[in-house]
Amino acid sequence: MTEFTPWASLSGGVLIGIAAILLMALHGRVAGMTGILSGVIPPLGTDWKWRVAFLAGAIAAPPIYLLLGGNVSFNVPVSMVALIIGGLIVGVGVFFGSGCTSGHGVCGMARLSPRSIAATCVFMIATFITVFITRHILGL
Amino acid sequence: MTRLLSSLIIGAIFGLGIAISGMANPAKVLNFFDLFGTWDPSLIFVMGGALITTAIGYRIVFAKQQKPLMGPTFVVPKNKAIDARLIAGSATFGVGWGLAGFCPGGAIPALGLGYSETLIFVAAMIIGIIAARQANKRFQENAILA
Repeated sequence: MTEFTPWASLSGGVLIGIAAILLMALHGRVAGMTGILSGVIPPLGTDWKWRVAFLAGAIAAPPIYLLLGGNVSFNVPVSMVALIIGGLIVGVGVFFGSGCTSGHGVCGMARLSPRSIAATCVFMIATFITVFITRHILGL
Repeated sequence: MTRLLSSLIIGAIFGLGIAISGMANPAKVLNFFDLFGTWDPSLIFVMGGALITTAIGYRIVFAKQQKPLMGPTFVVPKNKAIDARLIAGSATFGVGWGLAGFCPGGAIPALGLGYSETLIFVAAMIIGIIAARQANKRFQENAILA
């Protein structure tokens, strides 16, 4: 069980939205983690620096929040094998799907992009089915 | 320098949002999708909050600005085709997300929490992206030769 946290989740969501707006208003870029991360995997293009800065900020924020007295729950309820296979599959999927939850689900849907709406519907359904199979059919 | 500093701060706002929202926690993410088990609807609030905020903000930005304040142009995907590649890729991503409980935007900020599980997932994900890139390159080269 995990605690239902509507207010924390809503606040976090609004912060993600503010980051997406600022990245577009200031830098003209989509705040999609797949795109930002892919741009720092060699061979590097010309605009890798802002990506590294963004990633560094994203990684630094949670520990700073913890130091300031915040609380971040973390629990991985799957096996090491599921983590590794899941990671490989996510990498392949976001490459061919050209985005993930942040790029398609937030930024693309916010622009009412038909591609992002389709992609988001497909990956949400696929994730739901996968969780149903692993937890209720395979009993993992 | 100002550009990099602003990018760093925007990344930090994103990472803070992920941490506060619960998206950095695979248990919470998986419970959201476990409708017939230990369902936790919190993620609706993350997605809803982020989506509505961004939709309103983007409208204002695109209406008021000809170009970004610190860059030459808005770089927004122009492709409109809903093709097999998009659908298959997204379905594949969903399977991986359901297996591991991490998506890229949740996992990168979670790296900062210092757990080895996150590092293992992110390493596997990067290998997956590189492998897909190589396969795609081969496929395109073969297509040109044929």
